[in-house]
Amino acid sequence: MIPISWYLLLSAALFCLGVVGFLIKRNLITVFMSIELMLNGVNLSFVAFAHQWHLVKGQIFVFFVMVVAAAEAAVGLAIIIAVFRARSTLAVDRIDLMKL
Amino acid sequence: MNGSLHLWLIPLLPFAGFLINGILGRRLPKALVTTVALLAPLGSFALVLIAAVSTYGSGASGPSSVLPYVETFRHSWIHAGALQINYSAVLDQLSLVMLLVVTGVGFLIHIYSVGYMSDDPGYARYFSYLNLFLFFMTTLVLAGNVLLMFVGWEGVGLASYLLIGFWFRKTSAASAGMKAFVVNRIGDFGFLIGIFLLLGQFGTLTFGDIAAQLNANPALQGGIISAIALCLLIGATGKSAQLPLYVWLPDAMEGPTPVSALIHAATMVTAGVYMIARTHFIFDRSPFALTVVAIVGAATALFAATIGLVQTDIKRVLAYSTVSQLGYMFLGCGVAAYSAAIFHLMTHAFFKALLFLAAGSVIHGLGGEQDMRKMGGLKRHMPVTFWTMTAAVFAIAGFPPLAAFFSKDAILNAAFMHGTGGKVFWFVGLVTALLTSFYMFRLWYLTFHGERRGGEHALEHHGAAVHARADTRLVMEAEHAHEPHESPWSMLGPLVILAVLSVIGGWIGAGRFGAFLAPSVGARTAEAASSTLEWTLTGLAVLVAALGWFIADRMYRTRPGSADQLAASMSGPYKLLLHKYWVDELYNAAIVKPILAISRFLLEWVVDVAILGGAAWLLGGLASLGGAILQRWQSGNLRSYAAWLAAAAAAVLIYVLWMYSPNSLAILFSHGAGH
Repeated sequence: MIPISWYLLLSAALFCLGVVGFLIKRNLITVFMSIELMLNGVNLSFVAFAHQWHLVKGQIFVFFVMVVAAAEAAVGLAIIIAVFRARSTLAVDRIDLMKL
Repeated sequence: MNGSLHLWLIPLLPFAGFLINGILGRRLPKALVTTVALLAPLGSFALVLIAAVSTYGSGASGPSSVLPYVETFRHSWIHAGALQINYSAVLDQLSLVMLLVVTGVGFLIHIYSVGYMSDDPGYARYFSYLNLFLFFMTTLVLAGNVLLMFVGWEGVGLASYLLIGFWFRKTSAASAGMKAFVVNRIGDFGFLIGIFLLLGQFGTLTFGDIAAQLNANPALQGGIISAIALCLLIGATGKSAQLPLYVWLPDAMEGPTPVSALIHAATMVTAGVYMIARTHFIFDRSPFALTVVAIVGAATALFAATIGLVQTDIKRVLAYSTVSQLGYMFLGCGVAAYSAAIFHLMTHAFFKALLFLAAGSVIHGLGGEQDMRKMGGLKRHMPVTFWTMTAAVFAIAGFPPLAAFFSKDAILNAAFMHGTGGKVFWFVGLVTALLTSFYMFRLWYLTFHGERRGGEHALEHHGAAVHARADTRLVMEAEHAHEPHESPWSMLGPLVILAVLSVIGGWIGAGRFGAFLAPSVGARTAEAASSTLEWTLTGLAVLVAALGWFIADRMYRTRPGSADQLAASMSGPYKLLLHKYWVDELYNAAIVKPILAISRFLLEWVVDVAILGGAAWLLGGLASLGGAILQRWQSGNLRSYAAWLAAAAAAVLIYVLWMYSPNSLAILFSHGAGH
């Protein structure tokens, strides 16, 4: 049996990749994908713990997260398309109309 | 005699007048304002008369069986712990005399004011203030405890301030009111300390209780009692314009002349004398304080009389004369001859009110002229004013059988018979009497005799200073009043009544008056003078009065110009007197300027600018500095927000793990094997 710490390390690695991607990437779609990566990193740890303690709550929570992520993807992609139409760019540094 | 004198109505009637005229006066017709203003003091006077008659007419053995009559309001005013202070009014021989003077003379001056102030736009305001004054003055006189007296005391100060600065658009009047108020505050401070000491010593502020405690404890003498008496004296010197706090009274002449007559001659300024007589049981226990009172009185009497010698403004001469006569009253109190002091207070109220009102009539007739150098020859133009003024001048100079002859004589005799230093006080009083006689006859000759010196030219030539001082309304009147004219009868009537009182006011005699007052202020214990000595002293007093008249006659009638020669030959002392010993300048340099400088430095620069302003600046600076630092966080850069968020989340996570199980991080990595 694979020890839980492996799962958790993978989960942490995925999450950190997501964070770093979110912070350093310029393209809005890549940033968006980084967020998905973070969510899935968290999901992985939920499932790992659910399996470890034989509790179904963790798996239920993962479904919630996936639902939210799907909704977020739908709304987010729509926004990204709208932004691209308006500004002809997806570089986050350029989308600064609200900045003081 | 039952408890139905309704003393409380005596102050409340003028207060009602004050409210009506003060609130509605501007909208009411003038006749109604006049009616209200006159009815209030008339009603009070009638009530006092009723009280006097009913206390006299009842009681088997004369008034002393029903007096003092105390009226206490059902509800207490202040009730804190053991301290209980009531609204209580006391009618005894002393307050009866004082009330008769205050309401009687007050009513006459109200009548006079109707004529004097008839054209003033502030007519209703004037009468509301005057009624307010009567309210506070009767409160002061009737008060059954020190604190209520203090309320009246402060109130008359307020009314005085309002009336001195009645023509407040004139800077000199406004600042004179301020000066009176501030100088009085210094005295009031002493009075207040005295009240605290009284409370600490006796635990009560009711006059009767304090007197009873003192009677029960004959050993209580000096020490704290002296301290209390001296504090009360400080209060009295402020209100009664004695050295060293007399400086406000001459400036108070900026007010309308009837105000000078009522407040600054006849009634309010005598409040200090009244207060000392009212608390005489305290002063009696402190020979030291009494000596101080006598010294203050004698010094003031002489000091003010010398200044009065050379003043040229008719009202200022009278003002210094008032200060001097008040000094007489203090001298009388200081030699424990309280009844003589009150006797002089009464006669002084008559003749000094008359002098001021007659002077007001002169000023009115001359269209605002107050400089005696430009008067003269008014005898023909203003006969009634002349004759009433003559009665007052002879009265104040002390010629028999006029009022002040008796009262001044009583004080001088009492001083002479007083043990230590009595002869000195008597001599100072006698010299003052000579000076008084001289400057009053100087005023008389300069104003009414000889040829008229003023005229339009003189007015222009020397007018600037006088105009600045003169009543604004009267200056306007001057344009059409070329010839001096007699005043209307509303003004002359009170003059005549007061002249009669100035003549007969002393006929009751100091002895009988003293016997009447004895239940209130105690009989004098000093041995009576032998009749030979008494006649000698009286003769001397009359002699100096005649001498003063003679000198004034020589200098201002038979040899006009000799006064100027004398002034030129003695220019040093003359200048000293003309500038009133430079006391105002001295106070200005020694007290006012340093206080201003300290205020400016300590209060304005150190406290206001440095501490308060600095604190405000510091707080503002801190806020904007914090803002400048925190501003960097809100860069608007999404990535930096996210980085902070991630870093903070990581920090929280590590912190929680560390806190709850320090080994958990190690376990996580080393203990991976699990199940």
